Amino acid sequence: MSLVDLTEQEPELYQARDPIHPKSIKGRFRTFKTSVLVLAYAIFFLLPWVRWERVVGPNQAVMFDIPTRRYYLFDLVIHPQDMFLLAGFLILAAWLLFFVTGMVGRAFCGYFCFQTLWTDVFMKVEQWIQGDRNKRLKLEKQGWNAEKVLKKGATVLVWTLIAFWTGFTFTAYWVDAPHLFVSFFTGTAAQAAYMTTGILSLTTLVAAGFAREQVCIYMCPYARFQAVMFDKETLLVSYDAQRGEGANGRKPLQKGLMALEERHASGMGDCIDCKLCVQVCPTGIDIRDGLQLACISCGLCIDACDEIMTKRGWPTGLIRYASEQELDTGKKPSLLKFRTIGYGFATLLASALLIYGVLSIKPLDFSIQQIRQPLFVVMSDGSVQNNYELKINNKEQYALELELTVQGLNNAHVAIGGNFTTLDIPPDETRNYLIHIRAPRESGVSRQLITFKLTDKTGHLPVTESTTSFNFK
Amino acid sequence: MSQSPENKKGQVETTGHVWDGDLREYNNPLPRWWLWGFYGTIIFAIVYWILYPAWPYADTYTKGVATVSFQTPVLDKEGQPVKAADGTVEMHTKTEHWNSRALFYQEMQTSPSALAQQEWLAKVKDMSFEQIAANPDTLNFANSMGHALFGDHCAACHGTGGQGVLSMNPEASYPNLTDNAWIHGGDYTKIVQDMTNGIQGNMPAFGALFKGEKLTDLAQYVLSLSHQPGVNEEAANRGKASFATCAGCHGANGTGNQMIGAPNLTDKIWDFVDVTGAPTIEGKLKLVEGVIDHGLQHQMPKFSDRLTPEQIRLLAVYVRQLGGT
Repeated sequence: MSLVDLTEQEPELYQARDPIHPKSIKGRFRTFKTSVLVLAYAIFFLLPWVRWERVVGPNQAVMFDIPTRRYYLFDLVIHPQDMFLLAGFLILAAWLLFFVTGMVGRAFCGYFCFQTLWTDVFMKVEQWIQGDRNKRLKLEKQGWNAEKVLKKGATVLVWTLIAFWTGFTFTAYWVDAPHLFVSFFTGTAAQAAYMTTGILSLTTLVAAGFAREQVCIYMCPYARFQAVMFDKETLLVSYDAQRGEGANGRKPLQKGLMALEERHASGMGDCIDCKLCVQVCPTGIDIRDGLQLACISCGLCIDACDEIMTKRGWPTGLIRYASEQELDTGKKPSLLKFRTIGYGFATLLASALLIYGVLSIKPLDFSIQQIRQPLFVVMSDGSVQNNYELKINNKEQYALELELTVQGLNNAHVAIGGNFTTLDIPPDETRNYLIHIRAPRESGVSRQLITFKLTDKTGHLPVTESTTSFNFK
Repeated sequence: MSQSPENKKGQVETTGHVWDGDLREYNNPLPRWWLWGFYGTIIFAIVYWILYPAWPYADTYTKGVATVSFQTPVLDKEGQPVKAADGTVEMHTKTEHWNSRALFYQEMQTSPSALAQQEWLAKVKDMSFEQIAANPDTLNFANSMGHALFGDHCAACHGTGGQGVLSMNPEASYPNLTDNAWIHGGDYTKIVQDMTNGIQGNMPAFGALFKGEKLTDLAQYVLSLSHQPGVNEEAANRGKASFATCAGCHGANGTGNQMIGAPNLTDKIWDFVDVTGAPTIEGKLKLVEGVIDHGLQHQMPKFSDRLTPEQIRLLAVYVRQLGGT
């Protein structure tokens, strides 16, 4: 390696993006990527339009309602006090990412990340309007004539439409979708709806249309830290350099180097340097340079190389999923290693806790708070009164008719502020009550524990209890 | 990019800077759009300076062109709000350069919570006290509104929970509102009337009339009315005659008179002197004797100039149910 001193000429400190025009390819990984893409798009774009009957709340299967602070997921309604479930979900997602990455590398980046999915679709649009790699490269080079303006313009127009529908769909998760559709296009939707759609459309267009691999290389933190989870046994998209380079390096097909035997005899590797793996790469790298940050592990170079190898009738797998250890020693990775077991166990634990959390959401939240100013008060007949603030949150879709009884206090007189006899809580609502409890003074007793019991008269719920204290002095 | 810094010829670009003879700096160019991001922040800053208060100069600052509008009372020459014939304050729209105080005023008038509050106020406007208290939702609203108003206007004397103050000096005591006795009457209209107009409580000093033994006997009698332990029945009987003087206000049986705010002496509630808390009969006698000797003056200010009639109504609902019914 020699150093080139740039003092003579002014060093170029900024570099323009070199547009990447990947060639389209068919194969196992392309099929898998397309299946994931279709599935993810179907879920993302159709979910807001699924209707779901509810007694209270929107009739939309999935909706995150900020003003009423409710997250609706089919039959599950998440209230603000259950938000720890979101933390649980995020923890689960993190462990799952670690688990998968420790085993098969950056699978998230290559197949599931929305940057990858949207870029993929935008590239498809490019290919559909401007043709495959060679035509696109030619178009890139030629001057701005009518053809170029028309093709580039049409591409950006279709991109914009997709980006807009992406932004609009995202917004539809936060409000009633059909209502948003009407109000959005009649100019009567909330300002926040236009802002959200606008920002999401713009970022989608920029990130998937123009920035693409720049997002992965310069912006995304996941790209940077996922390599930390790799070990020698992690399956990575790798070029088998021993086989590809042989003793004397790679060489294109030429006379005397056509068959494998001829090549091996002259010490040449199996790589014919056709560069198809480079041409199909969406981030424009050469996988033969080894593991690198810009590799999103999408497997398209495997498809490309396998296609060439099959054509030549040579064994496939010159580029394949292989671990570092396998390439060095030929030893296959074992799945039962400390890292996978640890990450796997953490993933299972997080899932179990999340499921437990969802199943143990209480249909009724109630809190009883003894009022401390004053703690007790002497009434005109000499008896003692304590006041309590009772807060009941009915999280169910039906109304509750609750009866309040207090146990543990002799001759207690219980009154509900407003002189109510039952506590009627409408579906999905919270109500506060002031409870007065009066009891004759008992000599020598300063404090006693009492139990509040709420019995549901409609029989939906079991009796719920809470214990607090009653102060005589 | 992230590949090896070598170019195709196996050379590496350096910036040409050399330290210690052989330390060189690789040239790793930033992506060009990174620079655009930097220019973007500069444009953002300039737009910000134009819109919002930004640069200080002399004793003031650039105000920016963004504005905030809110409703504010019309003030007369003395700086007092101008009131219409029906007592409502006249409002007008004021527009100021963008500032967080104006934004706060605006939010207090037009935010979703402010609009919800106005909606509730309109709902309870034509309801009777009993109707408000009979509906859990309107009662909740009256309670939360009442609690906030109570904290601002009443808690300084009556305590945050309405528990009052029982002080060594009876004139620095303030009645407990959480028990079930009402010195001045506990129905809604009476509470509203007292909050609106204020209260003047005045018990004259009887020190000149009752002295020594006579004073103690009267105090014994007063304590006997609420069956305080340790009362000397004989002395109480002697004091009964003197109570005729007190009966004018406190009633012949000592049950009090809410019209003039004379407390009921037969119940267990002592709002101005801590008779219940005094451990011995001597202590209790001393407290009662003190009140008879010096009299008791009490004022509660009128709130009609600080609170609107609607606020007073909601406050009355809140205060009424503090002690239960």
